[in-house]
Amino acid sequence: MSENSSSRRSGFDRRAFVAGVAGSALVPLTARAVAQDAKAPAAQDPALPVDVTLRVNGKDKRLQLDARTTVLDALREHLKLTGSKKGCDHGQCGACTVLIDDRRVVSCLTLALAAEGQEITTIEGLATNDRLHPMQQAFIDNDAFQCGYCTPGQIMSALACVKEGHAGSDADIREYMSGNICRCAAYPNIVAAVKQAAPEIMKG
Amino acid sequence: MRPFSYQRASDPDMAVRALSAAAAASNPLTKAAAQPLAGGTTLIDLMKLDVMRPAAIVDINSLAQGWSAIEPGSEALRLGALAKMSDVAAHAEIERNYPVIANSLKLAASAQLRNMATLAGNVMQRTRCSYFRDVSYENCNKRNPGSGCAAMDGVNRMHAVLGTSDQCVATYPGDFAQALVALDAMVEITGKAGTRSMPFAQLHKTPGNTPDIETMLQPGELISAFSVPGQWPRSVYLKARDRQSYEFALSSAAVALDVQGGTIRDARVALGGVATVPWRAREAEALLKGQKFDDGLAQRVADAAFADAKGRQHNGFKIALGKRVVMRALQQAVTMEIRS
Repeated sequence: MSENSSSRRSGFDRRAFVAGVAGSALVPLTARAVAQDAKAPAAQDPALPVDVTLRVNGKDKRLQLDARTTVLDALREHLKLTGSKKGCDHGQCGACTVLIDDRRVVSCLTLALAAEGQEITTIEGLATNDRLHPMQQAFIDNDAFQCGYCTPGQIMSALACVKEGHAGSDADIREYMSGNICRCAAYPNIVAAVKQAAPEIMKG
Repeated sequence: MRPFSYQRASDPDMAVRALSAAAAASNPLTKAAAQPLAGGTTLIDLMKLDVMRPAAIVDINSLAQGWSAIEPGSEALRLGALAKMSDVAAHAEIERNYPVIANSLKLAASAQLRNMATLAGNVMQRTRCSYFRDVSYENCNKRNPGSGCAAMDGVNRMHAVLGTSDQCVATYPGDFAQALVALDAMVEITGKAGTRSMPFAQLHKTPGNTPDIETMLQPGELISAFSVPGQWPRSVYLKARDRQSYEFALSSAAVALDVQGGTIRDARVALGGVATVPWRAREAEALLKGQKFDDGLAQRVADAAFADAKGRQHNGFKIALGKRVVMRALQQAVTMEIRS
């Protein structure tokens, strides 16, 4: 790792920055300075965990999280909702797809702090009582997976794909599902599953 | 990922103040100690890779209430900086009057990323140069000024053939910016001194001797809006890539034409995937004005667009591919049916 040398070369020094800001009355980035200036945005000490309330599948969850925590890690590591999967952890594979305020997003690139106050829906939130969601059932009916690792992300994405109105043709489904990679290449069956579930989902 | 302080800005003034805190370090924006967070699709990714190392993140998503309007007008189109890519792409009037904009957005990234990413974040996204993204390579003039360029004689298949320097050949990766640069868009910038506007074509800087300085934005400045004069129903965004979907351009073209009675009155050509910045091919497009279209003319325009292109070991194919993309985009624009 070249971390130290490249950090020096970058000309960016975290310690100097934090010290500089803490000594400045004009640019309140630290908690103490914030108290002196009501108009300044509240900043948290990077070393301390932050109180966050996430609304997940209709329930408020109070957590204490490191500011770096993504929605994906909050779900999996803190709420034990392990349905959303960590594939690439860089927004490229779609395995972590969840809905935030009814829009599909990759939870691995969404900071938990930035999702506060929004409605997060995960694969665990789809079934009602013992009845699978039509998209879940369609994936089973069409054998739309092999190993299953990408499946929760596929299903969340497929649900949004239908609701966005992008499931009108095979070509549309392929294009608008391209953000979900299936390494087993179950794509033809995934397309079939989306087609099967679409009418029922659109009926509401 | 390194630790950072997180704060929410509830209005532009707060955001600018919090971001300006880093300006004293005299770093370029790319290395500013405080970075704005909107969709996060570039920033969080690059922080995980340790390429970007902000000490503070200023969440500007609350500014969306004032900064995300999509406002088509008969004189001009105005787009708020925090409008989501997916919302602009699906807007009926954008699809009708600015297909080059709608398609540049639709053909970018994935549905998930388009739901997250904002217009301003999209134009500010960083290069996909694999040496830039991998900090185990010391020699990247963009990350470590003066350290050299691993791509120059490395695996440079994805790299630029236009606007390069002996310091950097990293490709500007976006799509939407090509539409903006083609249509003479203006970019509105909000900072400590208020709001200023400049031609979008001046926002990005070719690498020259300072590949780490990528745009004219200073720390503490935010893009607040874009505006596009006129309407361009006869316009095309064509993107050639290694996969059919969800891939960066090997070569792309944004073309907009005004054709009356078979004669081209006005023409715009911009190139993506082949240049270090959103690239306007002004000399090439000038050949089209006042002419009747034919394939020979398209060939001359394509040749002119790449007249100054310089290939390296692995990316020379982009010159031939890029010309074909320009020709096909022109053909599509000339023959497209205009929906009224």
